Amino acid sequence: MGVNSYLAHAPGYVDNEGPKIVTGRFVHEDSHTLARSLATGGYDGLKRALEQSPTSIHDIVRDATLLGRGGAGFPAGVKWGFCPPGVWPRYLVVNGDESEPGTYKDRLLMQRDPHQLIEGSLIACYALGLSQCFLYVRGEMALAQERIAIALNEAYDAGLVGTNILGTDLSVDIVLHWGAGAYIVGEETALIESLEGNRGMPRLKPPFFPAAIGLYGKPTIVNNVETLANLPWIINNGAAAYKAFGSETSPGTRMFAVSGHVKRPGVYEVEHGTTTFRELLYGDNYCQGIRAGHELKMFIPGGGSAPWFFPEQLDLPLEARPVGAAGSMLGSGAIVVMDETTDAVKACLRVVRFFARESCGKCTPCREGTSWEETILQRIHDGLGRPGDIDMLLDIADNISPGPYPTAADEANGLDAVPFPPKQTTICPLGPSSVAPITSAIRRFRHEFEAKITARELIPVEATGP
Amino acid sequence: MSRLSPENVTIAEEIIARYPRPKSALIPLLHLAQEQDGHVADDAMTHVAELVGVTPAEVLGTCSFYEMFKRHEVGTYVVNVCTNISCQLLGGEELLHHAETVLGVKAGGTTDDGLFTIEDVECIAACTEAPCLQVNYRYRYHVTNDDFDQLVDDLRAGRATDVPEHGVLATVRQRIAGDRLAGVVPPEVATEAPVWLPDPAEERAR
Amino acid sequence: MTAPTDADVVPVTVNGVEVEANAGELLIDACERNGVYIPRFCHHPRMKPVGMCRMCLVEVDAGRGASLQPSCMLPCTPGMIVDTESDLTKKAQDGVLEFLLINHPLDCPVCDKGGECPLQDQTMAYGPGESRFVEEKRHYEKPIPISDTVYLDRERCILCDRCTRFASEVAGDPLIHFQDRGSQTQVNTFPDEPFASYFSGNTVQICPVGALTAKPYRFKARPWDLEEVDSTFPNPMGDRVNVQSSRDRVLRIQGVDSDATNWGWLTDRDRFSFEALSHDQRLVTPLVRGDSLGNATDDGDELVATSWAVAVERAASAITASLEAGGAESIGVIGGANLTTEAQYVWAKLAKGVIGTDNVDAQLGDGLPAQVVTALPRNTISDAMAPGSAVVLLVDDPKEQFGTLFLRLRHAAVEGDITIVELSPIASGLGSLVTVGAHARPGDVGAVARAIVDGRTDVEVGGVEPAELQAAAAALAARAVTVIVGRPSVAEQAGPIIDAIAAFTELESVSFLPLLRRGNISGALDMGLTPGMLPGRTTLAEGGEWYRAAWGTVPADSGLDTAGMLEAAVDGSLTTLVLLGADPLADFPDADLASRGLAACRTVIAVDIFASSSVANADVVLPAAGFAEGAGTHTNLEGRLSPLMQKVNPPGTARADWLIAAELAWALRADLGIESPESAWAEIERLAPSHAGATVEQVRAAHDGLVIPRPDDAGADRPAMVSFSAPVPTEIVPVDGYALRLVADRRLYDQGTIVQHCASMAHQSDLARISMHPLDAAALGVRDGDLVRVTSARASIELPARPDRCVPRGRAVIPLNRAGADVRALIDLATVVTDVRVATL
Ligand SMILES: Cc1cc2nc3c(=O)[nH]c(=O)nc-3n(C[C@H](O)[C@H](O)[C@H](O)COP(=O)(O)O)c2cc1C
Ligand code: SF4
Ligand code: FES
Repeated sequence: MGVNSYLAHAPGYVDNEGPKIVTGRFVHEDSHTLARSLATGGYDGLKRALEQSPTSIHDIVRDATLLGRGGAGFPAGVKWGFCPPGVWPRYLVVNGDESEPGTYKDRLLMQRDPHQLIEGSLIACYALGLSQCFLYVRGEMALAQERIAIALNEAYDAGLVGTNILGTDLSVDIVLHWGAGAYIVGEETALIESLEGNRGMPRLKPPFFPAAIGLYGKPTIVNNVETLANLPWIINNGAAAYKAFGSETSPGTRMFAVSGHVKRPGVYEVEHGTTTFRELLYGDNYCQGIRAGHELKMFIPGGGSAPWFFPEQLDLPLEARPVGAAGSMLGSGAIVVMDETTDAVKACLRVVRFFARESCGKCTPCREGTSWEETILQRIHDGLGRPGDIDMLLDIADNISPGPYPTAADEANGLDAVPFPPKQTTICPLGPSSVAPITSAIRRFRHEFEAKITARELIPVEATGP
Repeated sequence: MSRLSPENVTIAEEIIARYPRPKSALIPLLHLAQEQDGHVADDAMTHVAELVGVTPAEVLGTCSFYEMFKRHEVGTYVVNVCTNISCQLLGGEELLHHAETVLGVKAGGTTDDGLFTIEDVECIAACTEAPCLQVNYRYRYHVTNDDFDQLVDDLRAGRATDVPEHGVLATVRQRIAGDRLAGVVPPEVATEAPVWLPDPAEERAR
Repeated sequence: MTAPTDADVVPVTVNGVEVEANAGELLIDACERNGVYIPRFCHHPRMKPVGMCRMCLVEVDAGRGASLQPSCMLPCTPGMIVDTESDLTKKAQDGVLEFLLINHPLDCPVCDKGGECPLQDQTMAYGPGESRFVEEKRHYEKPIPISDTVYLDRERCILCDRCTRFASEVAGDPLIHFQDRGSQTQVNTFPDEPFASYFSGNTVQICPVGALTAKPYRFKARPWDLEEVDSTFPNPMGDRVNVQSSRDRVLRIQGVDSDATNWGWLTDRDRFSFEALSHDQRLVTPLVRGDSLGNATDDGDELVATSWAVAVERAASAITASLEAGGAESIGVIGGANLTTEAQYVWAKLAKGVIGTDNVDAQLGDGLPAQVVTALPRNTISDAMAPGSAVVLLVDDPKEQFGTLFLRLRHAAVEGDITIVELSPIASGLGSLVTVGAHARPGDVGAVARAIVDGRTDVEVGGVEPAELQAAAAALAARAVTVIVGRPSVAEQAGPIIDAIAAFTELESVSFLPLLRRGNISGALDMGLTPGMLPGRTTLAEGGEWYRAAWGTVPADSGLDTAGMLEAAVDGSLTTLVLLGADPLADFPDADLASRGLAACRTVIAVDIFASSSVANADVVLPAAGFAEGAGTHTNLEGRLSPLMQKVNPPGTARADWLIAAELAWALRADLGIESPESAWAEIERLAPSHAGATVEQVRAAHDGLVIPRPDDAGADRPAMVSFSAPVPTEIVPVDGYALRLVADRRLYDQGTIVQHCASMAHQSDLARISMHPLDAAALGVRDGDLVRVTSARASIELPARPDRCVPRGRAVIPLNRAGADVRALIDLATVVTDVRVATL
């Protein structure tokens, strides 16, 4: 397979130019097999780790400033340090529940290189004394489950997982677990509830991290698939080599899934922090611009939960801090690009509907509020909106995620940032996330909402390929 | 309608044994029940409750939280059309509409012949390949109306060999040979640091 | 309670005022204690916080800037600044209220909760005037029964997780659960699996809206029509309750949260027992023997209504006649355990101080001797379950018989660091929460206890393997031990149990909680309604002089217990018997002796609220006031005194028990000198050694009641209280290899008078069945449901069998007082244990 192209066996992945830390093996058709993995340095990181003390592995990860890839971007090395000393057993839970709209990188990592994930998980277990690992894969990802099952079976047989791994003292089982369809289970405490066989409802905070009290009330590290997939490379090449890529505060690479109205949508491994949105969306090495004859209207920079960005934010680097300062987040590395044909109300309704359908039902504001928001947006979209609906939407949003929010006047005066990170009247950020599309769309396209309410005309939408 | 078959009870026991607490096996066991019957029958829930030592109400509480579990019969093929934002931008809703027209049922419905159930689903993690769908959790990408018609023909004719009956997810199960098993670590019993941590005191000092 | 130290107190600023919170206290509770009420729906002080409803959001600055925090989940930290009235707080709370209302039906006028509904109150106080929600509300099928007594209206449910948490966390019966997700979430049962919990009624009480309603109360009253009073439910736990009535009828009983006892919970049997109070078969007028025309003739075949004057006169003349013909020993009194402590005293005074008989027994052959019970050092429930302590259970299954104690035990076992060793012959409803199940074979429990106490745990004893004996010894070692002791089976006599008690008294740190059947049994034993004892835990020998001085007369020698009285009646030496709310025909372990004894008496005088089978054969029937129809004091298993209040008037001409005694005394030409429960109490406080210092004012004032004896020397001049002395050990009865040893125990719902007079409970009593270990069943060729013949040395009965893993091998369990078969036929009170043989038919 050549450079700059799709790989037939990995639809969605674009093999662009640039450093490859987690997708290096994707070019091989059989990248998911143990044979290929071993032939291309698989499990070398684990072997190297086993030659060093567990604490020094933790130190390397801390030095590398490996940021979590699940959404919050919290440094893995720091999180690992939250395990209370002397409390055993500790568990590892791998978060492979990837369900954020627009996101898919974990699926590719699980499908295309399950051994890399297994290796990464074992390195984490070794470093922290985690005595059992549960690999929680999203229920709908049948192929990923299958590939992981096969990989685990191979790895067990080869003495790479289970008792006395590679002849050492390290003995860890990795248990493949899979969900059954519930976005909220991606939230780490809901994930743990689900893994305990319960309804996936987030737990109360504090404790803020399951590292203190997690699975079965014991210290538990929850890490995203991509986060762990970085570990073999980091151990093989060292923290300094890792930090040579990306920016100072966001080292390494990240996988971004760019979907929507771009010429070449796809999942790209991109240097963290140095690349900009403009480069990613328009660069030849990446998406190659908005589909022919159209121009950018807005884009979601980090999954459905992220407030929207507009052309003026294109030059921001793909780095957590500047994106956060601009009022949104890189979140799960999902960029959804919308051109001028996009109906802002309809797009907003669709994202809000997602949160309404996925609310776990625990907190009143999220349970009742998200579906009420959907109801109002639906009636505006259907041309049945009422005067006052826009302000009511903002007020309901305010009751889920206290503002302040931009008013019509603010729009005239240039834009007021949507408060970020959102405040919450809820336990977890799901409900407040539903507010992001509403405030984003209203502050920029209030006239489209008003037009629907007064003129009751649908804005024509062109639904064609790129 | 049906409890787990003896073969499936054996599998269930194997699965339960991998977890420090039996209830953790609940979701995998409900998948097993769904694999057996195509949906999760009430009797199967009662049976699962017995196997993991909880009440049927607790099993139903968990089961009903997750949308993949169907508590009534569904089609042999469950077609999940994604209409979330990325797919919507590129025709997901139109594809769903086409599917509804072709099969003559609304989203959520099952065709009279019991072959197809259509669902309007949230993002299935193939956003760059929009519009996309899954049939029994097997992907189809960039689906045009013609592609959809072809898919239906193929399924009817048994030509879509990568698509098993509804309920089957991974076609390979994890197995752990007895001598390779490190052993489950129950939270209340295993209160010592694992052996490979040479000096837990060193860690404490940090 | 130890005095709080500085470290226990956390300064918190609430609305600008510095207040003191306790360390670890939740903000919502600390604010409430300091007079600032934060609205809430899901928070319940007896359950873990879930933070679901979000109603209690307040603006809090805990050092990192002010933000909205749910006060029900937030433990107070030093220096916390709280604003429960800020604009942000108000906006958030109004928002939550609006969210809760958008799908809540507006059916307050027809809702049981209307008028006492926090959601309604909140809405009135703060809510928006007009709804901004214009769409159709969520709809569900209107109320569905989720159990025999509870209805669920899902449209009204606000998903606060209280009922579901109660079911799983408190009761351990997770039979109702959340189902579905998001805005479709609902509470429900599994299809065809009702919420069959002994505690289901508590969910109705804690539901903050009208989603859960109780069948016995539905549509019966509006809250504003109800009058209420705090009282004590007359069960051995002394559960604190609130009794509510309208138009002189008790319509509802709610639990009251008392730290010491029931924590606000009640069993369904007690909660719904008020149905019996207004049953149309209540006795409303005195009855005497008469002819079919209703004339009161001495030897008529019928019971006919009469006046109190005639009935009391008849009773008095029967007593006088017996006194003259056979002396005081020819008169006996059985029962009295359900009376108030005052009435028990008055009856004791009448029997022992006026009539002069010591043939008085409040226990009907299924208790323990008062000389043992009142002599044991007692503990309180809370101290018995304090972290680090150990509990020994040698008693009926608390889940079946003492529900609120069961909930306390369950809580302690789940949450606290306590160990529980079960010595009762079969496993209790605590199941796997028990640390060690050392289920002693009936007859051998004394030996088992001895082995555990002495550490002789190398060989099997009484059906308990060495491993369990060792585990039991380890579970008790170095812990403060409380032995909860009663009579787990009437097929095992008291002897072995007393031997076990004697063994446990040798432990280093041990106390007891005597847990016997029947409402105010502790009061009855304290008041001397038992042979050989006088009020205040003293004996005839020790306290005779003291009481003779106060009362005029006191019997010289110990009298007969119930079995003795019935035998004396059969042989003609006892001719007049008073039944004080007792039904020996149904409730004495030897039904045959009871029926021969009652038949042989010349006169049976019954004081009761229903015409039980024994009452129906009496010669004089005096209708008594029931629960909430009179006032007095209750004594629970700890010796805790708490007030029982009158709420309604007794039906017809029924009278308080103490007054009946006083009138009978008057008719016997004696003046008891008692005009009211208060004057009775004053006399108890003045005379009874154990009650010195427990004045009526103190009992009424203490929220959690007052435990006697009081720890002061107010009673120093009074007779000594009885002390425990170990009797000669009972001989162990060898096991008959072909037989099963019988256990006859009790279940919550049975054929008892109250249950059977409550419409919502009567049908919940199953048929009698014999349970045995599956291996024993298999050896006998018995399958589930087979009809079997069970034969003891005395008789045989036929009933269906059920294999049950919870029954240890070599034992057979048959519940008492169930329809279908009467296990009492098998029991011989003269033998320590009863062995039975089982054969298929
Ligand atoms: C509503 C919600 C959904 C989430 N979904 C996911 C998910 O699908 N996958 C994931 O890895 N993390 C998800 N997260 C983030 C996790 O809670 C958690 O932060 C993450 O798994 C930690 O891994 P990391 O530190 O390696 O990023 C979600 C969080 C929230 C609040
Ligand atoms: S915010 Fe929503 S999803 Fe999160 S816990 Fe509350 S109800 Fe559940
Ligand atoms: S009372 Fe605090 S969230 Fe419900």
